[in-house]
Order: sequence, then C-alpha cells, then structure tokens
Amino acid sequence: MVHKGAHVMKNYEPVVGMEIHVELKTNSKMFCGCKNDPFFAKTPNSYTCPVCLGLPGALPVPNRKAIEWTIKLGLALGCEIPLFSKFDRKNYFYPDLPKGYQISQYDQPLAVDGKVETQTGVVRIHRVHLEEDTGKLLHTTVDGKKVTLVDFNRGGVPLVEIVTEPDIRSGDQAKAFLKKLHQIVRYLGISDADMEKGSMRLEPNISIRPVGSKELPKYKVEVKNINSFNFVKKAIEYEVGRHAELLTQGKTPVQETRGWMEGKSETVSQRVKEEADDYRYFPEPDIPPMSWTSTFINGIRFQLPELPDAKKARFMNDFGLNAYDAGLLTETAVLASYFEECVSVAQSVKEEALTPKKLANWIINKKVDMDAVLPAALVQSIIGASEVTSISESELETVVQHVLQDNQKAAEDYKKGKEQSLMFLVGQTMRVIKGKVAAPGVAEKIKRMLS
Amino acid sequence: MNLSTLTIQEARRELQAKKVSVVELVRAYLERIHIYDKNLHAFLTLDEDGALAQAKEADALIAKGISKKLLGIPVACKDLYSTRGIRTTAGSKIIDNYIPTYNATVLERYIDAGAIIIGKTNGDAWGHGSSGENSDYEPTRNPYDTTRVPGGSSSGSAAAVAAGFSLIGTGTDTGSSVRLPASFCNLVGMKPTYGRVPRYGVIAMASSFDTIGHMTRTVYDNALVYEITAGPDKRDATTPNVPVPEYTKSLGKSVRGLKAGIPKEYFRRDGIDNGVREVTMNAIKKLESLGVTVEVISLPHTDYAMACYYVLVPSEISSNLGRFDGVRFGQQRNIFGAEAKRRIMLGTHALSAGYYDAFYLKAAKVRTLIKQDFEKALEQVDVILGPISPTPPFKLGEKVDDPLSMYLSDIFVCPVNIAGVPALSVPCGFVGNLPIGLQIIGKQFHEETLYQVASAYEQETKWYTKVPTL
Repeated sequence: MVHKGAHVMKNYEPVVGMEIHVELKTNSKMFCGCKNDPFFAKTPNSYTCPVCLGLPGALPVPNRKAIEWTIKLGLALGCEIPLFSKFDRKNYFYPDLPKGYQISQYDQPLAVDGKVETQTGVVRIHRVHLEEDTGKLLHTTVDGKKVTLVDFNRGGVPLVEIVTEPDIRSGDQAKAFLKKLHQIVRYLGISDADMEKGSMRLEPNISIRPVGSKELPKYKVEVKNINSFNFVKKAIEYEVGRHAELLTQGKTPVQETRGWMEGKSETVSQRVKEEADDYRYFPEPDIPPMSWTSTFINGIRFQLPELPDAKKARFMNDFGLNAYDAGLLTETAVLASYFEECVSVAQSVKEEALTPKKLANWIINKKVDMDAVLPAALVQSIIGASEVTSISESELETVVQHVLQDNQKAAEDYKKGKEQSLMFLVGQTMRVIKGKVAAPGVAEKIKRMLS
Repeated sequence: MNLSTLTIQEARRELQAKKVSVVELVRAYLERIHIYDKNLHAFLTLDEDGALAQAKEADALIAKGISKKLLGIPVACKDLYSTRGIRTTAGSKIIDNYIPTYNATVLERYIDAGAIIIGKTNGDAWGHGSSGENSDYEPTRNPYDTTRVPGGSSSGSAAAVAAGFSLIGTGTDTGSSVRLPASFCNLVGMKPTYGRVPRYGVIAMASSFDTIGHMTRTVYDNALVYEITAGPDKRDATTPNVPVPEYTKSLGKSVRGLKAGIPKEYFRRDGIDNGVREVTMNAIKKLESLGVTVEVISLPHTDYAMACYYVLVPSEISSNLGRFDGVRFGQQRNIFGAEAKRRIMLGTHALSAGYYDAFYLKAAKVRTLIKQDFEKALEQVDVILGPISPTPPFKLGEKVDDPLSMYLSDIFVCPVNIAGVPALSVPCGFVGNLPIGLQIIGKQFHEETLYQVASAYEQETKWYTKVPTL
C-alpha cells in the first residue's frame, strides 16, 4: 500500500541509509568455542558455555577467523582497513544480553570508508565492524501464564554490522544495493546471508528532504522487522510518503523506531526515543587491542576471490558474452565456476563448435543440476545431443538438394541400381551436416528425394 | 605436627614420608576450624565431605609413591573463585545460593598439583574493600587481635592461614587485596604481574587491574605455589606467552649487588604511622646489611594515583556487575551492599556521555603516566621497597563511616595495580603485637627477584615464627 502522501513526493527526495547485520558462518562463536549453528540447534540452550552465558568469571577470547573474514568483507567493499582496531563494551540491560554488555566496536572499527556500485548508483559504506549476537527471546504462555523464554544458542554468534552513508535515494536503489551486498557476502563464503534464517538482517534509516537540498535532514526513522529486499523497497516507499505528508503539513516526522507490518504493507510506531541511549562505551579490557601490519592486510587482500563485477567483465571480455548472460552466469560464484569448468572441458576436447556462447545458452535455458551433472558430463551430453537432433527436416532437405545437384552422376548411378552411389551421397551429406543426423536417416531422405 | 606453625614444605615432607596421612591432616585442620573459626569468621562455606574425599585420593597416590608439588596440602579458597559444585558467593548476598558449573583455571592448577580445597573464604563483597568489613556476611577478624581487621578484600584467606586453618589462602589483588591482608596477618602475599596468572573463572572486579594471588606463611611456600599458578591460559586473552621460571630456585641466592629504590613520595613525614615507619626502615636497613644498595627514587605521579584508581576501577566494576541481573542466577540488584552501590554509581557516572572524557579518558591517560613512573624507576633499580599500609591493622568500625579515608589507606599499594607490576608483601616486624609487612615491587614478569630479596630478608628475621594465640 502506498502512503497517501506519495503524491507530494515529487517535491522531496528520500535520504536513506542502511544498517545490515550479517551472521558469519564460522565453526564456533565469536568469543568462545561453542558451536555456531543457532538456526539448526535441536534444543534451546544447547550450544552454551560459561562464556556465552555470561557466568561470573568467564572471559571472552576472540575468534580469529571472524576477524579475518570481517577484514575480507571490508576489503571486498572497497574499505580502508585501519592498522589499529579494538573491541569496546556497549553497556545496557536486556534479558537476551547475559553480561549486561555487548562486546562490539565503537570508535575504531575494523573497516571504514568503502563503496558499492550498482546500476542505480554508488552507495558509500561508512563502516564495517564486528560484534557478538544476542540470545533470542520467545514470548509465549506456560501453564496459563504469559512468559518470555530466553534461548542463548544465538548468544555470542559473530555478527558483522555494515553501515552505509545516507546515499540511497529510492526503494529500487535500496533493493539493488542489498542484492549486490548479498551477492558479495555469498561470493566470499563468509555467511549464508539468509534472511529467513536471520543470518542477514536489514534496517533502513529513512528521512526525506526538499529536492535540491544538500543538507542532511534533522530527523530519521529506523524501520525494523523487514525480512526481504522487496519489503525494504516497499517500506521505504511507504515511509517517504508518510514523511512527505507530515512535512507538507508543517510537521516533522517523529524520530523513532517503527516496525514493518507485512500483512498491511505499512509501518507502525514501536519505540520513541526521547534521548539517545547512553551505552557508556569503553575499551574492552579483557581483549588486547589489534594491531595489523600492512603485510598482513595485503595477505588477506590476496586471498580475496574474484568479485562479481570483475568476473562479469571478464566473462564478457574473454567469452564474448553479453551483459545480461554474463550477469546471470556470475549470479553466484558456484554457477560461474561451473560454467568456466564447462568452457575449459569443451576446449580440452577440441570441440570448437561448442563455444562459450553456446554453453551459456544451454546452461541458462535448461535447468542444469550442478550437483548431479559434472561439467565434463554436461559437455559430453551437449555434444551428443547436437550430433543427433539439432537439424530440422527442411534443413536436411536443403542440404540433400545441394548434394544431389553437385553430384548428378552419382544420383543417376543410384537410380540405375548402384547401391554404392547411395553410400557416396550419404557420405557427402554427412560431411556438410557434420553428423547431426544419423546415417540411416540421411539415406532414407536421399532415397525418398530420388524416387 | 603443630598446625599453628606448619608450612607446606614441612607438610609435604611429613606426608610423603607417610608420617601422617592426608586424611589425618585434613581432619586435624577441620577440627581446628570447628573450634576457632566461630570467633574469626574466615570461612563462608566448608566442604568437609569433598575435602575428605580428596584427601583419601591423595593418600592413595602417596601409597603408590606418587609425589606432586601440593599433594595433600589444604587450600582455603577466596569466594571470588568459581568452584564447581561448591557455593560461590563473592562475599555477597546477591549470589548467596549460586553454585558454579565450572572451576576457575587457577583452581584446576591447584587441584592438578594435588591440593585439597577445604572451603570458601570470606571477604569484602565483590572484592570491594581493604578491611573485610564490606562483606555482606559477618566480617572476618584478625587472628592476632580479634578487635581488629585482618585487611581485605582477601580477609578470610589471610585469617585462615594465619590461624592455622589451611596452608594456602588464595586471593585476588586489584588494589591491595592480597598484600594488605598478608601484611596485617603476618603472611607472605604475592600480587602477580598483571596477566601472569589466569583470571578465567575468578569473578571479575576490575578487569584490567585484577590479579590472582595467594598467601602462605613462608617465602618458600609462596614461591612453590606460584610455580603452579603462573602461566598462560588460552581461555584468558590477557595472559601472554611468557615462560614460567622455577621460582623456588631464586631462594637463597645472595642479594649482594642488587639495587633497591625507596620512593621519596612514600616516606613523607605525615604519610605513615611512626611505628610502621620505624619497622619498615629497620627492614630496609637489614637488606642493606645483606648487600643491597638502597637509593632514593621518585614516583612523581603518586599524588594522582588514588584519584586515577577510583575513576577507572569503579568504571570497570559498574560494567562487570551488570551480569547480576537476577535472570539466570542470583537475587535482585537492589540488595547490593552499600559499597557495591557506591562503586556502581561512581563508575556509571564516570562512563556516562558528557563525563567520559573528563573522567574515564583522563584517568586512563594518568594511568599511563603512573605506569611510566614505575618503568623508569625500575630501569634504575631492581626492586622498589616501601610500606604496605600507612597504619598497623586498625580496629573494626574505625574507618567504616569514612569511605574516603578507607580508600586513602591504599596509597602505597594501589599504584602497583595501576602499573601492572608484581609486588610481594613479606612480614617485617610488629608494632606491639600487630603485624607489619614490607612491600617489594619489581619489574613485570620478574617475580623471581622479589622472591630472592624476600627470602634473604626472611632467613635473617624469621618473623613467620611469631604466630597468633587463638
């Protein structure tokens, strides 16, 4: 549902930033050795220990891989990696936060100042930092009483937070940006980034300003509870309409957190913050700060896989594919790799007719089960199929006509009863159609056309 | 065997020679506790069954001819240490029914070395105090004079060793809490280099100040225990990979040629009780007579140390106590004691938006200056000598109404935690019948020098033989 204020939006432009949380799929949690698998845990509170339960005396020990993966993500998003970084404590009380503080990063995050480019423009990345996830609350009824249950399986899971600059100017741009970010995260293999499972969470911060203004609006509205890119687009479009109506009436939208209501396609107020929360951030004393050398950072940079944009450009350049096909084939790193393997196999069996373009068509148009069919097998089956069926009746007739015209003596000889001449004519035809029709079928065709 | 004078060294000898069994020894200690602790209030929880079971196992090992550094040695464990299956209160009513599901790393080390954990000792709740009077339970008394404090916050552990209830009293030292009770109870108390002994499993007070120490009758005993507790732990990211020397090997080495510094800021006219000054100076002279060169040094930022400490420490306390929310364990937060509430509020204020820069950040910068004071001084000298307390053990109730005066009594000991350097308290005499301790401060990770100096002094004076009459 589009907000009734949408019609006045032509005077305003959206000013939107995104906050995205991504759960890293490391084997263990961020600060302890517990298994990192909250979504598939069989029972609540089964992947816990004194550390992630916040028991007295427990201490955090950082997960090295989670840190390296965060730096990797920062590099993939074009960020600077400062050579000094640290963890900080973010202090607040909530039942899903067992220590009464979350170990996060405040003023010296692992990565800063990057950018993501899409068809709809550039979105700058303000920062990328690493923190621990909270437990999960479940509001339910037990023995007739309303209770809230806490499950700490998710508590302590490594969480990357990506914050953009407020560069997004439309719901469509938000969608394109998120798709790109999602693709990059999956390319790096650091997270499943599955919104349904909660391993990727999206929060737009939305405001509007008069068209032509260069100043940041003095308010912003945070929207939570959005679990698809499409809903991000819809939520932004709804909100900017709502803000436009208010502003036109001379009112400023309240700075607050709103929830996206999927069923009604609208947002509702959840929590009004009168003042900013004071988290009393201070450096985490239990974890020594991190000091990198540029050699170390370059080492991680070296380990980056080829990212989607670069891969797409290379496919267009090396394989002669158009942008659309190259885009489809580089959708995921797995598919791109499969395609390249097929090209490589086709080259090694010297099947020149099986061009990358033909392979692309085949893979794009037919549903190939990459798990079931190895590239080599796929290539063989394509070659086989081309040989037997990919020439039509009329095509065959045309070819035979030409062969008979060029070989009139042989045709006459066959009509006089010389069987060998038929074989000769079949052979000539086969040379032209390169075996795309089996010999008996060709022979039949010639006989019929000579009768 | 006379439990009021027994040392680890003697006990190990007797046990291994099977002159007495571990079960007999532990029974004797438990009996002594039953008789005398009702006046001293050293223990909050006694684990008699557990202790006797451990004792039986120890005897079985000895029968097989197996020997371990602390096999059969009873330990009184400060109630900040997590002990699996044994109630752990931190001296507070908030977790008066909390039973940990795991052991602190250092406790595992004691157990692996064969020690017998007999119970959990009293102290200022959460470690907040220097006298033991901030315990949410009946405060511990000084065995040398039960009208006086034993020092804190490891009060019960100190009283337990001094009164002959155990051979080791474990503690934590965040500003004073091992050295001060050690000095008030005529014991040797070690405050390790920060990060030398793992904090995993010990209830945190101020994470960047807390150290895991211990008290014994003699220097040898103390060094032996340190060989077991010191060393890195992969569950504590603040324990660096520095090798652990055999501390007992430094004992008996001549101290001739070693250089000791006396901070001029510590010996000002009005800063110390006359009796303490006299006893301390005599101790320093004794070391001079053994060949130690003594010179005056300066720790120029001494006057800012207490302010620095009382901004940074409550800040970390306010955060560390956040986990006691009553959701998973423990009682409601409103029953925190007065001192805990004081520190939580101080710390929350110092970290608040608008105040962080003026308080926390500023204090953190001062901390670096104080740390540099010690580093510079310890480039000139091998050890720094000084008093532990400006006064002898004071009377119960004397400082309770004046928290600031209580804080200021830590002036000689707190800067050591600010700097993260190690320090030992060793008995150096009496004012009347009240014990006084000498503080020996050294370079980070060079505790062997502290033991060397302490041992040389102890052998000449043997103050540990003057035990309290219970």
